[in-house]
Order: sequence, then structure tokens, then C-alpha cells
Amino acid sequence: MVEVQRTETAGARVIGRVMLYALLILFALYYLMPLFVMLTTSLKTLDDIRGGNLIALPEQVSFDAWIKAWSSACTGVNCGGLSGNFWNSVSFVLPAVAISTLIGALNGYVLTMWRFRGSDVFFTLLLIGCFIPFQVVLLPMAQTLGWLGIANSTTGLIFVHVVYGLAFTTLFFRNFYVSIPEELVKAARIDGAGFFRIFWRIILPLSPPILVVCVIWQFTQIWNDFLFGVVFSSGERQPITVALNNLVNTSTGVKEYNVDMAAAIIAGLPTLFVYVVAGKYFVRGLTAGSVKG
Amino acid sequence: MSSLTIRNIRKVFGAVEVLKDIALRIDAGEFLILVGPSGCGKSTLLNILAGLDTATSGEILIGDKVVNNLSPKDRDIAMVFQSYALYPNMTVRQNISFGLEMRRVPKQEQGEIVDRVAKILQMAHLLDRKPAQLSGGQRQRVAMGRAIARDPQLFLFDEPLSNLDAKLRVEMRTEIKLLHDRLKATIVYVTHDQIEAMTLGSKIAVMQGGEIRQFGSPQEIYDRPADLFVAGFIGSPSMNFIKAQAVEDAGGVGLQLQTADGPFVLPLREAGEALRPRMGKTLILGVRPEQISDSGTVLRTARYAYARKFRIELVEPTGPDTLLFVRINGETVCCRVRPEQACAAGESMELAFDLSKAVFFDPDSGKRIG
Ligand SMILES: Nc1ncnc2c1ncn2[C@@H]1O[C@H](COP(=O)(O)OP(=O)(O)OP(=O)(O)O)[C@@H](O)[C@H]1O
Ligand SMILES: [Mg+2]
Repeated sequence: MVEVQRTETAGARVIGRVMLYALLILFALYYLMPLFVMLTTSLKTLDDIRGGNLIALPEQVSFDAWIKAWSSACTGVNCGGLSGNFWNSVSFVLPAVAISTLIGALNGYVLTMWRFRGSDVFFTLLLIGCFIPFQVVLLPMAQTLGWLGIANSTTGLIFVHVVYGLAFTTLFFRNFYVSIPEELVKAARIDGAGFFRIFWRIILPLSPPILVVCVIWQFTQIWNDFLFGVVFSSGERQPITVALNNLVNTSTGVKEYNVDMAAAIIAGLPTLFVYVVAGKYFVRGLTAGSVKG
Repeated sequence: MSSLTIRNIRKVFGAVEVLKDIALRIDAGEFLILVGPSGCGKSTLLNILAGLDTATSGEILIGDKVVNNLSPKDRDIAMVFQSYALYPNMTVRQNISFGLEMRRVPKQEQGEIVDRVAKILQMAHLLDRKPAQLSGGQRQRVAMGRAIARDPQLFLFDEPLSNLDAKLRVEMRTEIKLLHDRLKATIVYVTHDQIEAMTLGSKIAVMQGGEIRQFGSPQEIYDRPADLFVAGFIGSPSMNFIKAQAVEDAGGVGLQLQTADGPFVLPLREAGEALRPRMGKTLILGVRPEQISDSGTVLRTARYAYARKFRIELVEPTGPDTLLFVRINGETVCCRVRPEQACAAGESMELAFDLSKAVFFDPDSGKRIG
């Protein structure tokens, strides 16, 4: 009797597992489908695309679309492919991520370890910054950039992204640093270390989990940004997202789906790369501090 | 090593006065204990001494130098925290040498100091570990090593043993005491453990509600507590307080007591001299458990004592002694006897009061009389 029952429950468990995995695989396929279509389409020739069906594999693999997207496709008036814009993006995303992360870390450090009169109010105001939509800051920002004389420049775009990102990066670091005991800083002060030395020698070495989170977040946000890119840059200096839009929307001639797809993948590749490299730290960092030890 | 003088320190957080006019002075090499219940301002005072916090008013002198406006690093102090506050990203060696490095001690000298400290604290084998790889007791040791390495004018300890288990706490307590004897260091040590206070301190400041209730040597505080709070706080089990009326007794003063077996007058003899003006008034007798014991022991050792049969309500063996509880004037009174003398609950036995060390308190002010 007991035996039978046990085998029954074991059987039920196996079935449960199988169903679970089947469902998970189904969902995974569902989410991977667009990527699959993009990838296969980018590798097809135009004839192949017209003749075949959407999810069929390419009859013959061709990288022409990729080459064209990178070096000779027309985005609006200029026909140099996405390569220039790709490097544009790299050239402002990297500094913007680095600067906003560093300032965020310093802010978090001050807000937790060197509290001052009104620091809580300051933090609350910063938090509100997280909820301000892009659109709201466009006009004031344009004016500010004008005053500063950095409108339409890479510096200007970096500035915009740093300012907009600070609310988030500060929030990340502040919430991470509250779990670090203040006594660590007190001990270091008695040991004779100053503000920056403590940050550099004690606090920053404890920060890799949150640094990863912050960098991934900021990189994704800034790389994928379209609105600031389209408003605060023009022509040659446009980021890849804007160029991609122009490429896809260029209405002259035939619609080259394979080139569009290749271009879209090129535009998305860096964020994908960042996730693959640092993704496992991302989850760890997001939950770090929530559990003690 | 330096002396420490605290002059009229006050500290106000918003509307709350956390420290009220704290003043005391210890000589170089003395071991000062700040003891008191949670929230009485011990850590606040220590932080002010360290320069991590500023006093609202008052002065602090280390040696002859006013240090109020010096930053922590310029005060030449070292501090050991309750949570140890070891730098998690550094090895034990780096933890110890960090303060030396900040003070630009030459590299080679740093190494020598670390080795010497490691030898004193017997932790040479731990030097290359990270704090996470250490037990609580070992972390405690490293935290002390970090303080010793700097050879400061003044050591500050904030409840350094309270995170350790009972056995380790006793061991480390002994070790700290030996260390103090050896280094002849001036130490300010915060605890709310009155045993630590008694065993370690050369001076104790008992604090409550931001005030120092009494400042003196451990024995003074134990034998002549300034008020009911100090009397109750120091000593374990704590002092018995019996409310009673002072009455005329054979030309001297006695206390009117009452047990289940009927009333009697406890003759105070010499101990009652100071109570003469209070004849007829109610006061509080303070008597420690070991001062009420089996009559054989007490009558042999005490200068004068009073013996009487009491009915025992409860018996609590602790090992070395057994605690007996009797009821006098409605209060449960704890007595300490040798285990072989103890009787069972419900029986009666003769107990003697050693009155030579009895103290008396004014029931209104709580202050000791005389
Ligand atoms: N930054 C602060 N702002 C307001 N009140 C404070 C602040 N720091 C401490 N206090 C208050 O001051 C009082 C004394 O605190 P303190 O930490 O000195 O107590 P303590 O004697 O060290 O207690 P414990 O034994 O629990 O460590 C407490 O009532 C506390 O609430
Ligand atoms: Mg405290």
C-alpha cells in the first residue's frame, strides 16, 4: 500500500517536472522568436525574403546585408552605413556611464556615511528625479546646453545623460551603502584616513556588486536612448539608435528587410554583450544587501 | 599615555538632552569604565571623546591639550567598536597596518609593528586571512590589535565583548585586563555589563539618563553606592531594598520589620547612628545578598550581625552558592548561603544579617544617607 502510494507520488512529480520544462521551453521559444527571425532574415538575400516564409531558414547564407548595414546603407542623406554612428554612440555612452556611475557612488557615500543637515530632503528630491519623464526635461535642458555652449556636441549629450542618470545611480549606491556599517568609516577616520581615501580604500572595494548593476543599467539606458539623441544631436554626431531609425524609415528604393534587420542587431549587440558578460552579477547585485552577510 | 579630563560636556540632539553636564577626570594609565543601562549616552560620550561627534558645550582634554577642535586622527586615540568594524576587503595584516600607513610610518617599521602586535595577541597565524574567515573572538582580537598597533595616548572601547558568547567573553575580559597591566594604557571602556565594570575598571562612572550618578573606584561604588540606582545596578544578584520605619531600640536605632512569623525590630547599633534624626520616619535599607547568610558564617566574620529564624520561600542553587528567598516587609529578599547550609523551600532556618556594610537610602530622593 505504502509502496504504491510512493510510486504514484514519484510519478506525479515526474509529470509535473515535464510539464514545467515544456512550459518553460515554450516561453523561451516565444521570446527567442523575434531574434530568430531577425537573425535569419539578416542572412537572407532579398529574393529569398520575397519568395520564402518568415520563419524559414535562409536558402543560402549571405553577409551582404550586414556589410551594407555597417558601411554603405543610407541613413537619410548620408550613405556611410551605421559604423560612424556606432562609434558616436560608443564615444558618449562610455564617458556618460563612467561619470554618472562615479558621481552616483560618491553621492551614495555622502548620503549614508557623511550625513548633513537636510541630506534626507536632498535624497528625497533626487528620488523624484527618477520619476521625471524624458520629455519634461527636453526644453529646459536645451536651454541649459545653449547657455553652457555645448549644444549639439558629444559633451552636451554626455552632460544630458549624466544629469538624467544621477537620480538612478545615486539611488542604487545609497541603498547599497546603507547596509555597510557606519562604524567602518568611523574606524577609518580614527585611523587617519580622509573623505576620499576612505571612499577609495574602504568603500569602493566593497562596491563591485552594485557597480555592475549600475553600469549595466546606465549602459542599457544610455545606449538605447533615442529621444535625447534625436533632440540634442544632429547629422554626423547622431547616435546609432537615431541612425537606425533613419535607415529603416528611408523611403527611397526597395525596402531592404535584411539590411534593416542586420542594422537592428548591430545596434542591439553592445547591450546584449554587457548582459552576457555581467548578467550573473546583475541579479546578485540587485539582491545584495537585502539579506545580511 | 595621557590623562583624560572631561569638563561639563553636554550634548543635545534636537530637543533631547542626551548628555547633561558630564565631568570627570582620570590619570594616565587608569582604566575608566562607563557603565549604565541602554540608551544612557555611553556611546555618545565615547564618540565625542573620539571626535566622531561634537559636544554641544564643554571641554575635553587629553593630557593638557584641549582636543575639542581636533579631528579624530589628530587626537591620537584608538577605538575598538562593538561590531569590530574590520575592513572586510583587507587582510588582517592590512587591517592592522592601515592606520600606520595613513600616518606615513615607513613600510619596514609597519611590518615590525604588525609582527609585534600579532605576537602580543597570539594571532600571527591569522595575518593573511580576511575578516570573513575569522571567528568572533579572532575578529575581536584583530580589532584590538589594530588599536594597539598605533600606540595611542588613549584607548576607547565601545562594548567590545558584547557580541561574544559567555565563555569567550570571560576569556577576553581577562586578556584585556592583562593587556592593560602590560601596556599601562589609559583606557575608556563602555559596557552595560556590571561584572565587566567591576573586574576591569580602576574607576567606574555609573551613568543613567545622560548623567553620571556616581564616579569612583569599583569597591567604593560597590560598598558605598550614591543612590538607589547605582546600588541596584552594580552587583549580581542585585542589592535588596527593604522599606522600613526607624524605631527606638535599646537606646539606639532599629528597623521595624515584618515577616509571616510576626514583627521584630532589627537592631542597627553603630550602623544606625546616622539615622537618629530620622527616628520614626520611613527609609530604605540596602543589604546585599551575601550580607544575609547562614548565621554560622556571618557571626564568625561580621563585625556585628543579627541572627533570626526565617521561613524560606524559594531556593535557587547557582553552584558555588545557593540563593534563598525570604519575605520581609512584603519584599522578596535574596540571601546567599553556602550550598551545604541551604535548607529546602518551606522550611525555616537561621539567617544572619551582616549589618556592618548595610546602607540606607532616603525613600524620596533615593540618595544614600550618611
Ligand atoms: N544621532 C542621534 N540623533 C538623535 N538621538 C540620538 C542620536 N544618537 C543617539 N541618540 C539618542 O541618545 C541616547 C543615547 O544613545 P547612546 O547610543 O549613547 O546610548 P548607549 O548608552 O550607548 O546605549 P547602548 O548601551 O544601547 O549602546 C539614546 O536615547 C539615543 O536614542
Ligand atoms: Mg552604545
